[in-house]
Amino acid sequence: MSKPKVGFYWCASCGGCEEAVVDLNEGVLDVVEAVDIVFWPVALDFKRSDVEAMEDGEMAVCFINGAIRNSEQKEMVEILRKKSGLIVAFGSCSHMGGIPGLANLHDKESIFNRVYHTVPTIDNPDGTIPQVETSVCGTTVELPEFWDTVRTLNQVIDVDYYLPGCAPPVNLIVGAVTAILEGKLPEKGAVLAPDKALCDECDRRESKPENLCIDEFKRPYQIIIDEEECLLAQGLLCLGSATRAGCDSICVKGNMPCTGCMGPTSRVNDFGAKALSAMASVANANDEKDVKRIIGGIADPVGSFNKYSLPASYLHRKVRK
Amino acid sequence: MISLKINGKPIQVESGTTILQAAKQLGFEIPTLCYHPQLEPYAACRVCTVEVKNEKGNKLMTSCNSIVEDGMEVQTDSDAVAQARKINLQLLMAQAPAAEIVSEMAANYGVGDTAFLSENAEEKCILCGLCVRACEQVAGTSAIGFANRGKDRVVTTPFDVQNEACITCGSCAFVCPTGAITMDDPFGREVIHDEMTLGPDKAITVPFMQAVPNAPAIDTEACIHFKTDACGLCAEVCEPEAIDYSQKDEIEEVEVGTILLATGFKTFDASRIAKYGYGKLPNVITSLEFEKLSNASGPTGGDILMQDGSVPKSVGIIHCVGSRDDNYNKYCSKVCCMYSLKIAHLMAEKTGAEVYNFYIDMRTPGKGYEEFYERLLEEGMHLIRGRAADVSDWAMNEDEEGKLVIRAEDTLVGAVRRIPVDMVVLAVGLEPQPDAEEIRRKFNISCSSDGWFLERHPKLAPVSTFTDGVFLAGSCQGPKDIPETVAQSGAAVAEALALIDRGYVELEPNTAFIYEEECSGCKTCIPLCPFSAISFVEDKNVSEINEALCKGCGTCVAACPSGAAQQHLFTDEQIFEEIKGVLSYV
Repeated sequence: MSKPKVGFYWCASCGGCEEAVVDLNEGVLDVVEAVDIVFWPVALDFKRSDVEAMEDGEMAVCFINGAIRNSEQKEMVEILRKKSGLIVAFGSCSHMGGIPGLANLHDKESIFNRVYHTVPTIDNPDGTIPQVETSVCGTTVELPEFWDTVRTLNQVIDVDYYLPGCAPPVNLIVGAVTAILEGKLPEKGAVLAPDKALCDECDRRESKPENLCIDEFKRPYQIIIDEEECLLAQGLLCLGSATRAGCDSICVKGNMPCTGCMGPTSRVNDFGAKALSAMASVANANDEKDVKRIIGGIADPVGSFNKYSLPASYLHRKVRK
Repeated sequence: MISLKINGKPIQVESGTTILQAAKQLGFEIPTLCYHPQLEPYAACRVCTVEVKNEKGNKLMTSCNSIVEDGMEVQTDSDAVAQARKINLQLLMAQAPAAEIVSEMAANYGVGDTAFLSENAEEKCILCGLCVRACEQVAGTSAIGFANRGKDRVVTTPFDVQNEACITCGSCAFVCPTGAITMDDPFGREVIHDEMTLGPDKAITVPFMQAVPNAPAIDTEACIHFKTDACGLCAEVCEPEAIDYSQKDEIEEVEVGTILLATGFKTFDASRIAKYGYGKLPNVITSLEFEKLSNASGPTGGDILMQDGSVPKSVGIIHCVGSRDDNYNKYCSKVCCMYSLKIAHLMAEKTGAEVYNFYIDMRTPGKGYEEFYERLLEEGMHLIRGRAADVSDWAMNEDEEGKLVIRAEDTLVGAVRRIPVDMVVLAVGLEPQPDAEEIRRKFNISCSSDGWFLERHPKLAPVSTFTDGVFLAGSCQGPKDIPETVAQSGAAVAEALALIDRGYVELEPNTAFIYEEECSGCKTCIPLCPFSAISFVEDKNVSEINEALCKGCGTCVAACPSGAAQQHLFTDEQIFEEIKGVLSYV
């Protein structure tokens, strides 16, 4: 019996998710033992034509990381959808839009203006900006079209499962691969991680008081962080209570607050709104002045509460005028 | 029983009785200086000397420490006795020339001067040892004692060094017959003073005159017995033996069906408004302190007196102290106008003083209230419309010398006035009890922004709260005068009885609940519940909602970061389906 075929692809992402696959270390040998990796452009030389040449549904599963923000990514994932039995959105960016998704606070024009004109280190005397079509020496060359809006993978193609995290924890990847191989997958659309919030597996959970009231939100550089006490109780904006468990609270163990890369639990539709609602609930505010002061202490609210999830939120993007 | 005769009168007394006690029973006065019924007799002053005739013959004895014997014949006033007392008093006069009580007593025996040499004309101490015994036997501290012998004998602290062994109870000064002891603490501790106080002046006292039950209680912080394990005088003199020092506060759990909250109010602390000088200027008192002065069973027997004991000739009453003031409480305390008018009336009636009322608005709604105000106007009360700016003792002219000066804008005249008065009464407003917030949480009810307990509905459920079975009576719900309190409390009782009669409460169906297997135990919801319906289950590491207490407000559901808390009738799916349903028509 031939081994199931597997593909990995990346879209708008940092490459950390690919690192996560590499983080399997020698475990990757077990994976290769069980499957054939037929498409992995980051690690091996594959061309688009190789994928196009595949039969529909030839790959058992394709893990796609990164958000979708240009026409080429869209085309690629549409092809992969056709060629794969299962599509797994791999990592925060394909799951919820991720950090690239914060570009939805802007649009193509302002992003290009910033990147190609006003960044202090830019040297672009001709003011060149990428064009979809450019004539060079009598031939026309093409670039993918850059979109105004960053989209999650499931806003572009049908997604079967999600592996959350920035990047997804190794044990969840192993668990997902095992589940696929053994055919023990949950209902379609599931996030392949525990369905409880992070507080459940946090070592500091006992130190979280029952009557938590925060007078002032602080940023990690502003205080000496106690290594035992609940980070939220110390005034740090730890989103662990709103974030799906499964990462073994790796950031909190490193004495840094949870920023929510694992996304919400299955019952929450909008991670940022829920996290904001939860944090507003613990603010010790009695009047509007207090509210302004305490919430004003949160630098970059969108970037804090929707760090990984702006394209997946109800807001989706900044309103275009 | 022992039979004896005193001044020829036969008497039978129990054995162990002293001659002094027996004579007292017969009504014969024997002078004493070093005797106190609660202390061991010491026979130091020797003015209680009497003549005793028994089988051995006549003999002079000190009556305070001599025990009666069968067949004794005692003379308390014989020539020999008088002669002995004269000499003893002369000796005491020489020891303590400044002790007035000794010279007065000596004068009674025709002694005007002492034949003995005096060392210190200022000396008051007669070395009677009452203070030493009180310190040892009552205070239990022995912080003072005798030092040296003979003519060098003195009462002093150990090694003549001031130390903190003294508990500043003042027992020594209290028993000293000559006033030789004054209280002063070099360590800055509060000492017992002999000024008249408007507060509790004893460690055992009835909290206030109309207290129910009208029984005294011991202030264990102040009581000597609780400090040194000594004293116990109150238990000794209490004939029904009602005093039990071992009693402790106990917490009893009682299961009830309904609860009436009647925690009342606290008066505004006038010292918060520094410009009125309360606590700093003499004779600036609060309205409740006036009530104490005015009370017939109060410290002054109902006389309105100033700190120096004289009667005030002019009095200012400042209304709205702590009420209708953006800096303190914005609301009107409702009762102060009427009680201020009453104080004004009583003040004028009792002292004949000129009374000035400083008011913002005169608020006199209520049966007969306006008529009372009219009557006061006719009585010639001065009513100055304008909030008093300050009270000071800074005189600008001769008339203001030694007076309290109230500065206020008289808005009817359109001028700033300075009114010099002897006494100022501050009409303090009403405030919620300081622990109202704690009580509110305990009973799962709400407070208004002012801190008063909130009724469920001002018109439809004025004595109910948001927790079924908890009702509000009296001014814990807001400022009320007595008639209103009585009426409203009656309604609260009736509501409570109606509920007891029915025997059950109806719950709303839209309560919240928590999916136990999905709760991460983050505890976010717990402090948010206004009804304290959520508790944390330690062993399962989840929050749990008591649906009998839940009122379905949805706060926890909105706040639950992981969506484990949901509400019947308002789940996310339901709401989204409703939105979809509505939008399908668009």
